[in-house]
Amino acid sequence: MAIFINSGSRVIVQGMTGSEGRKHTARMLAAGTTIVGGVTPGKGGQTVQIGQSDIPVYDSVAKAMADTGADTTVIFVPPKFAKGAVVEAIDAEIGLAVVITEGIPVHDSAYFWAHAVAKGNRTRIIGPNCPGVISPGKANAGIIPADITTAGRIGLVSKSGTLTYQLMYELRDIGFSTAVGIGGDPVIGTTHIDALAAFQDDPETELIVMIGEIGGDAEERAAAFVKENVTKPVVGYVAGFTAPEGKTMGHAGAIVSGSAGTAAAKAQALEAAGVKVGKTPSETATLARQLL
Amino acid sequence: MDLYEYQAKELFSKHGVPTGPQRVVANPTDAVAAARILGLPVVIKAQVKVGGRGKAGGVKLARTTDEVTTHAEAILGLDIKGHLVRKVMVTPASDIVREYYFSFLLDRANRTFLALASASGGVDIEENPDTLARIPVDAVEGVDLAKAREIAEAAGLPEAAAPVLVQLWKVFTAEEATLVEVNPLISGSRGEIVALDGKVTLDDNASFRHPGHADLVDTAAEDPLEAAAKAKDLNYVKLDGQVGIIGNGAGLVMSTLDVVAYAGEQHGGVKPANFLDIGGGASADVMANGLEIILSDPDVRSVLVNVFGGITACDAVANGIVQAVKFLGKVDRPLVVRLDGNNAEEGRRILAEAALPGVFQIETMDEAADTAAKLASEDSLAGSSFSTGGV
Repeated sequence: MAIFINSGSRVIVQGMTGSEGRKHTARMLAAGTTIVGGVTPGKGGQTVQIGQSDIPVYDSVAKAMADTGADTTVIFVPPKFAKGAVVEAIDAEIGLAVVITEGIPVHDSAYFWAHAVAKGNRTRIIGPNCPGVISPGKANAGIIPADITTAGRIGLVSKSGTLTYQLMYELRDIGFSTAVGIGGDPVIGTTHIDALAAFQDDPETELIVMIGEIGGDAEERAAAFVKENVTKPVVGYVAGFTAPEGKTMGHAGAIVSGSAGTAAAKAQALEAAGVKVGKTPSETATLARQLL
Repeated sequence: MDLYEYQAKELFSKHGVPTGPQRVVANPTDAVAAARILGLPVVIKAQVKVGGRGKAGGVKLARTTDEVTTHAEAILGLDIKGHLVRKVMVTPASDIVREYYFSFLLDRANRTFLALASASGGVDIEENPDTLARIPVDAVEGVDLAKAREIAEAAGLPEAAAPVLVQLWKVFTAEEATLVEVNPLISGSRGEIVALDGKVTLDDNASFRHPGHADLVDTAAEDPLEAAAKAKDLNYVKLDGQVGIIGNGAGLVMSTLDVVAYAGEQHGGVKPANFLDIGGGASADVMANGLEIILSDPDVRSVLVNVFGGITACDAVANGIVQAVKFLGKVDRPLVVRLDGNNAEEGRRILAEAALPGVFQIETMDEAADTAAKLASEDSLAGSSFSTGGV
């Protein structure tokens, strides 16, 4: 089963002809992903050769979907053009759009989110500014390294890419059903809550690891959701206890404003909801082992 | 980026929001000259990027030029919640009939924009959050006059405020702000609506569309290390500890700071000296630039390099570290390196073979943090009595 992507996913890459798009298309292919096409306006009809595969390029998402039956798009388009690319994916009503691009202006993200809502939320958006989603052994949509872990019983959802990798690696012997990087921007599509709900319903997932960081109140809301709706064990980790107020820590959304968005408040809310919260990434991995 | 009040009000004027005249000065003599031009009485307002100026003595009414001098002298150089006052605004005292609160902001939880408004504005708004009307604003539809009237009515603002709200929405969208706040928005004796204050936060990710925003950066108030890091495109935040930190990925670096702070509790209370995310690549150039910035911080006594090899394998990262140390020539403080993930063993072998003086390899993040904290505290002891030059 896994969540969001699986072995049947048919993936296109918006921005495949760029250097990042091309590099990661090769990595996704190597991880067993079915990549059926790329989209670059003006380059329709060309092909891109990656390894043994000749991948067709289309002018639009709609055309690529019609020709290939694609149900997932991974977006590597630069910030300047990302809004247009996401809006195009929404208009084509593709099932899943994974937005890797970092540095998208928040007015653009708010716009494409409002557009997705107005269109009836037919497209699940993951990101922006995220590493994507991987169901090890099945498919990989994004830039998460596939070879640091194995398929298994843990579901993971995280705002941070490298902390995702760290936990995937530490728990590689148990393995993962799906790991979702939801991104560190102030406006994101898929939230902790969306992933928690999907993992709760996924028969392959036995335990959920949830990683948060300073900024906003997504973790607090996720804690309330866990308390009401999640019966599977949940282990948590929150980064940024030492972050000073008013400073953006790398991710555009990682900022403590006044007394809002602190790591302490998030960890406390999670613990109050019955989530075991690790003090460090390795302690978090140990807690997960104890619960399985 | 947060703006000063005077910068916010300049943007307001640019988009048609009524603000009244203002002058910004850096000394009492200029304040008096400004007051003479504007006409007494005037208000002298500290320009700092923090709330609660009035209660901290940073806003004063001056009826005479002597009072202008006295107040400007008192306010310039004042420390308001850690922010030094370098400039004051001089503005004519307004005839206030009624004060309101108004803001447009990003509502992260609902992934939309929000108008917050209250008919009881002024300095105590934070203590009366219940009086605030919260009206969601759709990012696609925006705010036209009809929507502005709806907002004004919901909050009990006069109808005359509606056109001003439309102009404030223009500021919010045209400048790509994440916050536009006016407290107070006032109505005067002739019913006119004026923004007496302004607070604006601009979206740094949108700066590529706003070349003019670069001029709003207050370079004088910037931390010199942060400014040097920015010039090299490094994602660096100066903190007040002793353990320099380099890592890849914002989440992992934040986590590294926390783990170092925990370890520091056992080692004389040493703390992380900075946040530095060198991103996925961790190339020799970026590593060298990062190390250079961190080692130019005199408070730094040890450095922890914490890299998880994901896309970039650890052998490439190890080669980057070796080249960076060679490039810098001299690394005069101990460097603790933790490499994990893709090709970690090969990476560790490369570092071990290079046998760089003062470089210690530790396999786990927790132990590496502990070692770096310990080295930072031992150095502090050594410095006071028997210096051994490190380890």
